[in-house]
Formats: sequence, C-alpha cells, structure tokens
Amino acid sequence: MSTATTRAPQRRTFTAAASNYIDERTSVSTFVKELGRKAFPDHWSFLLGEVALFSFLVILITGTFLTFFFQASMAEVEYDGSYVPLKGVEMSVAMASTLDISFDLRGGLFVRQMHHWAALLFVAAIGLHMLRIFFTGAFRKPRELNWVIGFVMFILAMGEGFTGYSLPDDLLSGNGLRIIDGMIKGIPLIGTWTSFLLFGGEFPGTAIVGRLYTLHILLLPVILLALIALHLLFVVVHKHTQYAAPGRTQQNAVGPPILPIYAAKAGGFFFLVFGVLALIASLFTINPIWNYGPYDPSPVSAGTQPDWYIGFADGALRLIPPGWEFVLFDRTWSFNILVPLVGLGLFIATVLIYPFIEAWVTGDKREHHIVDRPRNNPTRTAIGAAGVTFYAVLWAAASSDIIATHFKLTMEGVIHSLQALLFLGPIVAYIVAKRVSIALQKKDREIVLHGYESGRIVKLPGGEFIEVHQPLDEYDRWKLVSYESYEPLMIRPNARGKITVGQRLRAGMSRWFFEDRIAPVTKGELEAAHHDHH
Amino acid sequence: MNRSKRRTGRRHPLATAALLALGLVFTGGAYAAFSTTTAQAEPSPTSQETIEEGGKLFQANCATCHGLEAQGTNEGPSLIGVGAAAVDFQVGTGRMPMQMQGPQAEQKPVQFTDEQIKQMAYYVASLGPGPDIPADSLVNGGGDAANGAELFRINCAMCHNVAGAGGALTEGKFAPPLTDVSGVHIYEAMVTGPQNMPVFNDLNITPEDKRDIITYLQYVQDNRSPGGFELGSLGPVAEGLFIWIFGLGAIVAITVWITAKSN
Repeated sequence: MSTATTRAPQRRTFTAAASNYIDERTSVSTFVKELGRKAFPDHWSFLLGEVALFSFLVILITGTFLTFFFQASMAEVEYDGSYVPLKGVEMSVAMASTLDISFDLRGGLFVRQMHHWAALLFVAAIGLHMLRIFFTGAFRKPRELNWVIGFVMFILAMGEGFTGYSLPDDLLSGNGLRIIDGMIKGIPLIGTWTSFLLFGGEFPGTAIVGRLYTLHILLLPVILLALIALHLLFVVVHKHTQYAAPGRTQQNAVGPPILPIYAAKAGGFFFLVFGVLALIASLFTINPIWNYGPYDPSPVSAGTQPDWYIGFADGALRLIPPGWEFVLFDRTWSFNILVPLVGLGLFIATVLIYPFIEAWVTGDKREHHIVDRPRNNPTRTAIGAAGVTFYAVLWAAASSDIIATHFKLTMEGVIHSLQALLFLGPIVAYIVAKRVSIALQKKDREIVLHGYESGRIVKLPGGEFIEVHQPLDEYDRWKLVSYESYEPLMIRPNARGKITVGQRLRAGMSRWFFEDRIAPVTKGELEAAHHDHH
Repeated sequence: MNRSKRRTGRRHPLATAALLALGLVFTGGAYAAFSTTTAQAEPSPTSQETIEEGGKLFQANCATCHGLEAQGTNEGPSLIGVGAAAVDFQVGTGRMPMQMQGPQAEQKPVQFTDEQIKQMAYYVASLGPGPDIPADSLVNGGGDAANGAELFRINCAMCHNVAGAGGALTEGKFAPPLTDVSGVHIYEAMVTGPQNMPVFNDLNITPEDKRDIITYLQYVQDNRSPGGFELGSLGPVAEGLFIWIFGLGAIVAITVWITAKSN
C-alpha cells in the first residue's frame, strides 16, 4: 500500500486507487508498515495464547446467537416444548427457554453445545498458555505486568464460565449456586449479608439468574475484552519472546513477519480451532440440562460436579475432614469452608505475584527476551511442578466419587489418599522435577563437551577400545550453552554496615533457588574438551 | 421335454429325499411346538409342584448361606418374608448366587433359566408373605415419563445419577447404572430394596408412580442423547477430561503442524 502512494504507478489500478483513498484519510499505512513487519518467532507453544483468543471469539459469536433466544427470567412456567419427559413440568422461564433453544430452535442445540465446549477449551487453553509462560520464564522483566493481566483474565474466565453454567437454572447449576451460597455464608460477619445481597433475599430467590446474566453477557465480557486488548498491546510493545538460537539476541525477534505469512497462518488457525470446536459440538453432548431437569433445592444428583476449571475449589471442599465446624460466641464458625477459601486464596495470590518474588530473589533488573528451557532453571521448574501437583490433586478430589466407582475403590480410600497426596505430592514432584532438570542439564553439558555417542567402537593401536563421539555442530551447540545461571547472592552489609532481616531472607531464598546449579559450558571448557579429544 | 416330464411326480429321483425332509420337518416342528408349550407354561405360583421344584433348587444352590429352611445363617440373611420379587431380582440379575463376599453383591451372568428362577421365587414366597413379581402392566413403560422423571430426580438421582448412570456410595458400595435394567427388575428393586437400596413401598411411591419412573428410565434407555455421544452421562468430569485430552490434544497437534518447518 505504501509503495502505491509513494511511487507513481504506471497504471492506476482500482486496488491502488482504493488503498490510496483510505490511506490519505486514515494514515493506515504507517500502522500496517509498523505492525505488518513485526516478526513473530515460530514455535508451537507460542500459539497457545491464540487458541484462548480464538476460543473466546467462538464464544462471542455463539453467545450472541444464544442471547437472541435465552430469557433470563425466573418466572414460573409450565414447559410445553417437544422434550417428552419434561412436558407439563413447572420450571423457570430461563430453563424453558434453554430447552427451547435445545429442542425447538433450528441449530440451537449445536450452538449451545459449541458455546459450552468453547468455554471449556477457552479456560483450558489459558491454563496451558500460563504453564508455558511459567516454565519458560517468559514472565520476567519486562513482562511481569502482562503476567498479572493474563492471570486476572484467567480468574475472569472462570467467573464467565461459572455464571454461564448457572444461567439455565437446571438442577446442576442450582446445586453449583447453592455451594457458592454456602461458601459465602461461611464467611464470618459479612457472609449472610453478602449472600442476601447477591440473591436478593433467601436462596435461591427470583433475582439471581437475571443478575448473573448481566455479569455473564455484559460486565465480564467487556472487562475481558479490554484486558485482551491490553494484553496484546503489551505483546506488541514488548515483542514476542524467543528460544535461544544463533542470531537471536535480547534485542531482536527472529521469525516470519506478521504480514503476510504469519497473519495468513493465524487466520487459518482460527478456522481450524473453530472447526475442531464445531466437530466436537456436533458429536458430543455437553451439559444435558434435559436430564438434570429444573432446579429444585431438594434433589442432588450423583456425579454433581462443577465444570473442570472450578473443580479445584470443589475438591478443596471435599478434602476437608469432618468436624471442622463449631459454635463459639453464639456464632457458627465454619472452618470447613474458611480453610479452603483462605488456602486457595493464598495459592492464587502466590501464582499472581510469582514474577515479583522471583525478580526479588534473583535481583536481576535486566530485560529478558530469550526464554529459558525449563531444565535450565531447575528450582523454578520444580516449584511449578509442585504447584501443578497441588492443583491436580484438588482437581482430582472434585471427581472422588467417579474415581471410586470407575476404579472400584472405596470413597473413603480415595479421599484419604488424596488428602495425603495434597501435602506429599507437591514435595515429591518438587524433588523429582528438580533432579530430572539437573540431570538433563548434565546430559546437555556432556553432549556439548564430548558430542553424541555414535555407537561406533574403535580399537586403538595400543589395544584400547573407545567409542567415537560425534561432535555437535555449532548451531545445535549454541542452543545448549546459551542460558543464564545465577549464583546464590552473598549477604553484604548495607550502607550503614548492617545486615537486615530482609537481606538474610533474600540470601536464603537465593541459596534455595540457585544452590544446585549446572553452569553453562564456557569457551575455555569447550576448548579444553576439544584438546584432549580423540 | 419327455424326459423331464417323466422325471416329475413321485418318480422323481429326489422324491425320497423330499419325503424324508418333510417327515423330519413335521416331527421336529411338532417336537419344538411341544417343548415350547411346556417352556411357556408359567410355573403357577400356588402349584405344589412349582414350590417343590423351587425348594430343591434352593437347597442345592442357596441353602449354604441362607440355611436349609431359608432361616438365615451368619453368612446370609433370612429369606422368610422377602417375597418372590426379591428372589426374581437377585437371581434374575445374576447377583445371586453370590460369587464372593464384598461391599455388595456384584452382577454377573444369570445362572438359572427363567423357569428355575420363578420356581425358587415361589418357593421363597411360600415361606412367608412378601412383595410379588409385578404385573406386566406396571413395568411395560406405559406411564407418564415427565412425572416419572421428576420422581426419579427427587428419590433416585442422588445415588443413581439423573441419567441413571450410577454413582458412588460409602465404603466401596455403589448404586449401579440403570442403563440396561429391565422394567420388572427396576420395579422389584424399588419394592424390595436390594443391597444398599432403601425400600420404596407402595405408600412411599404408589405402583402408578413406580410405573412412571420405569417409563422415564425406559425413555432414557431407548432414546440416545439428542446432543450426540453422552460420554457416559457422567457430567462435567467426563466433559472436562474430554476437552483436555481430545479437544486440547487436537489443538496442540494442529499448533505443532502449523509451526512445523517444511522439509
């Protein structure tokens, strides 16, 4: 486009004229030139964020369709649609309209299922994207704030999911709301007031579906969209990270430019994600509200679970041993609810501020645009593995009943094992992940210094047998040696000649992080190794 | 022409074979008809012969645990007063004779013929009054599915799951899936309360309501989910596993494909 405006073309084509017209009025060419030439490093794991974005787009498209037909009202009606086993049953308008979408609207069930499957994929893709960021250290300066934005979006996505899950006013969603209501009421002092405020009176009331609807289709999506825009803006400002390779430095970004290759790939990728979701939605049932029936506070079905992303919270509730509730000062203190609330709150807060913790421990103020291989920061990788295990145990606990029936175990056995695993699992995972990382680093070091084992055994004239090692080519070697390894911080007295508690803590943390380390191979070591090579 | 004409009729070379076949069909048919009529003859609940036959089967197969007079032992409960319905359910679904002691009797291939099961059932029924095998009109699914679904959700779903997919109980016990249980057995389970199931007597849930529940379950059995594969009707756990393994798995495979370097 810009070439069309600067160089006088021989023949003025329509495209040239049109782009010239637009550019003269919007100056879009500067923007396209700037953005279109941005390089985007190529690696499959860099596309996970896009999967989340594209699932969100699918959710917006299908959700818009659903708003045309869903009625967020809790007024009672008698169902008169085409699903026989619910005919004549009293239910809320919300439930009846969801059933109508499912059974009496052309393509309605498909869109509803696609909306729900896309929501599950959305949160799952965010989760995997976050794990990629964490384990490669892509949250380091200057990207700490973008980590926080992303994490807030993860929480908001869970909120979006939960409000959506509650809208059809079926048995399952009502049970889910009842648990939330119970958790709110378990908070001392403000609990009951908050619950009454939220539900507009005693649970379930007649207001909650309408209120959740406003949150679900207006407030949360708008905040999410704004944060997505900010998140992507930061990606453009910071440039994308890249893995170490020859020619890649902290100052550049190596990869195909956004226009045309990358944009074409990403555009195609959107349709692939859309296609996968459409395929799943057309083949697999999700949330069969016709089985659950309208909400009624008395029944709770076996196998009542939240959607997967709320599972960890449900699991935390299930793992609390009995008898943690007592009456003191004429008040009921529900520690069976408070402990999981506080515990999960702390867990979430730790993940949220982890970049700042690590930055403080390393004391590193430099920018990092080359991401780590997980093995090259063993302690971080181990902390991540411990966190994942902790989360996974809580997650598994939410399906304790299904585990019990499907593996023919006792429910008590499953719960008790998971209770023990919640504390032992992360410790074991920490140790294993750290040892495996260090072992992999040692292997890398060995390969850099002595090359690959070729499997060729040679007998030397002296009678000695040796295996010939094949040396690494320089490009591969670069990937194995170019990483940073911090040394533990030394405690030094400050300007006043004092050693503060904070300094001691920091030194202790630093020792914990970097005590066990494998330094990257230096040039000298490499030369020495080549020297005595056979 | 002549040749073929001569070779038709009773002088045809295959006439003997045809005659033989005809004879066999008649004899076999008559025999089959005779034997099916005896099989179809329902053992009469009151006939002395049925009860005696049932008694013999009972002594040979059940008495080890339930006692020679069905009075119960340390190994098994008394069966006096459990009624024909209990026997028909337990033996008819293969739960009895029990293979091994466990949290509850597991289902296995049925060990007896229908006739034998009925004989044992009426033998046990003769020992004391109890619930009888339900009439066909109550279990053939002619009721109101909507009413049945509502009753099922209120009374049964907490153990059996809203779609009848089954669920966990304490200490290794479980509520089995109802996805291929016959109407008779569902009815009998409700009135006798097998394993850990409570009894739903006729005052709790009237016979008509039981019929409605069976109607609903048969509707679910006969009609696949309108949304596609049910993933076991297990709810969000199955859905979550599916999206992580197959959904995200497929997506990650695509990301690898997109970013793969061309050779």
